[in-house]
Amino acid sequence: MIDISELTHYYGSHCALNSVSLTVSSGSILGILGPNGSGKTTLFRILSTLYPVQQGQVTLVGISLTKDPAHIRHKIGVTFQAPSLDPRLTVEENLRYQGFLYGLAGNRLRDRIRELMQRLKLSDRLKDRVQSLSGGMQRRVEIAKGLLHDPQILILDEPSTGLDPGARIDLWIYLQQLRDESGMTILVTTHLMEEAERCDQLAILDRGVIAATGSPEELRSSLGGDCLTIKTEEPAQLQERIAADFQLSFQQVGNSLRLEAPAGHELLRNLVEAYPEEIQSVALGKPTLEDVFIARTGHQFWGAETE
Amino acid sequence: MTSGQQNSNSGNNIAAAGLAVRALATRELVRFFRQRTRIIGALGQPLIFWILFGAGLRGSFQAPEWAPAGMTYQEYFFPGIVVLIILFTAIFSTISLIEDRREGFLQGVLVAPIPRFSIVLGKLVGGTLLALIQAVLFLAIGPLLSLVGLAPAMQMDWSFGGVVAVAGFLILVAFALTALGYLIAWPMESTQGFHAIMSVFLMPMWLLSGAFFPVPDSGWLSWIMRANPLTYGVAGLRQLMYSGVEVTNSSQLPDVRMCVLTMFLFGLICTIIAVWMTGRRKSADQR
Repeated sequence: MIDISELTHYYGSHCALNSVSLTVSSGSILGILGPNGSGKTTLFRILSTLYPVQQGQVTLVGISLTKDPAHIRHKIGVTFQAPSLDPRLTVEENLRYQGFLYGLAGNRLRDRIRELMQRLKLSDRLKDRVQSLSGGMQRRVEIAKGLLHDPQILILDEPSTGLDPGARIDLWIYLQQLRDESGMTILVTTHLMEEAERCDQLAILDRGVIAATGSPEELRSSLGGDCLTIKTEEPAQLQERIAADFQLSFQQVGNSLRLEAPAGHELLRNLVEAYPEEIQSVALGKPTLEDVFIARTGHQFWGAETE
Repeated sequence: MTSGQQNSNSGNNIAAAGLAVRALATRELVRFFRQRTRIIGALGQPLIFWILFGAGLRGSFQAPEWAPAGMTYQEYFFPGIVVLIILFTAIFSTISLIEDRREGFLQGVLVAPIPRFSIVLGKLVGGTLLALIQAVLFLAIGPLLSLVGLAPAMQMDWSFGGVVAVAGFLILVAFALTALGYLIAWPMESTQGFHAIMSVFLMPMWLLSGAFFPVPDSGWLSWIMRANPLTYGVAGLRQLMYSGVEVTNSSQLPDVRMCVLTMFLFGLICTIIAVWMTGRRKSADQR
């Protein structure tokens, strides 16, 4: 349904995407997980036809994005991170003009608006100006806007920006419903681990490069066993001592050391006994997606932004 | 693909473009009427200018040779103010393009499956209709002010044919100026930039169009004014408004056909450039 191969994109001399390749099968939710500046919005803008394809191939619904962007625009629904609604117009006006842009009019458009508003529980707000709606409601109208022409692919850029946790959960329930009931293929960019957990497939994007792909479960289990994180004041020094004493190579991430190990609890006990002074705190747990990110990229999730 | 299919496809495309233009233009109108202050800005300021300049410059005005006998400065200034209203409206409606980009509405339009020219036409048709509405309002209000002594009695041609010709020409001028505004606003990231262009380019363009003072017979000023496309907009409007009254032929006023042709070409060129700009997909565009 979505086929990206060796997609590369430059802003001047800055490489925002470096040979990105991805495939998304029909009827699944793909999450693009990455910190700000990782290139996910660039990828989103290329897929939504806003940016040209500079290098590489992108095929959506079997249509090449380089050859026929106009045709692709019919097949995809797009929900932007920044609102694309006109706040001075009512919900109905926004949706009606959107329908016109997609060649819908008359009864067909009216029925479609009514149907979507019912599904998104917004029927009673049709006549209200968008600026009077809460953030969660506005986001739902945005999604309705993207779904109006019944696209085969829905592309969302950080859809939960500005939503409270409750509205965020509702949003994801709705996206999963769309996948299950309409067989919609959904691509969503996010920097939130909890959102990434809800995707069927994930691609971890870091500095324009795909660092890992797989389902959240696969990615976590690929790390193997437990994840051990040690906080210390002298990480480099402790790293060397552990390497010498235990023949284990811990990864240094900021002020902490981390390692995936099959039997973490035993190692934890031995380490605390060996370096009671040096270790400030230790955390042991099943690997999270953040651990996967750190393991695959060698740096912290939010660290990349400032470099 | 057979030619029949092709025909019906291009028919569909035209219908889709028409629907898109209608949607975008209607939105302009709806937004405008929900912002009362814009009406005051676009109509009120020119009205005040007209009354104040009309009263203040009455003594120092020397009617040009083509003018009908007894033309006061305020009457001379009247068509100029109509063009100013059109210019202001064109500016306001194309400034909204910058707001649409900043607020995010534009990105939704850009990913829609519509030909790029319909994005331009939607804005231009909307802006033109707004300009026409306000210009017609002023054309109706202006002469009424003579009843309360704020304006002189005017000798314009109010015949049906004359009014239709004036309205048609106003549409042409409004379309051309909105197109000019569009191609200035499209690459802009902030409305402040547009205001700068407005004060150093658009306002002088209006001042040097024969709207404020007649084109001199010779000298550098006359050359600039003759090269200014808007001069033909003002001159054409003058002649159409006075078509029933004696307007002496003069080198200062270009022929009406010349005015229509100049405005048409000017609008066409601006529109073509605007469509070209809108069709370009640039990475920096939506950043």
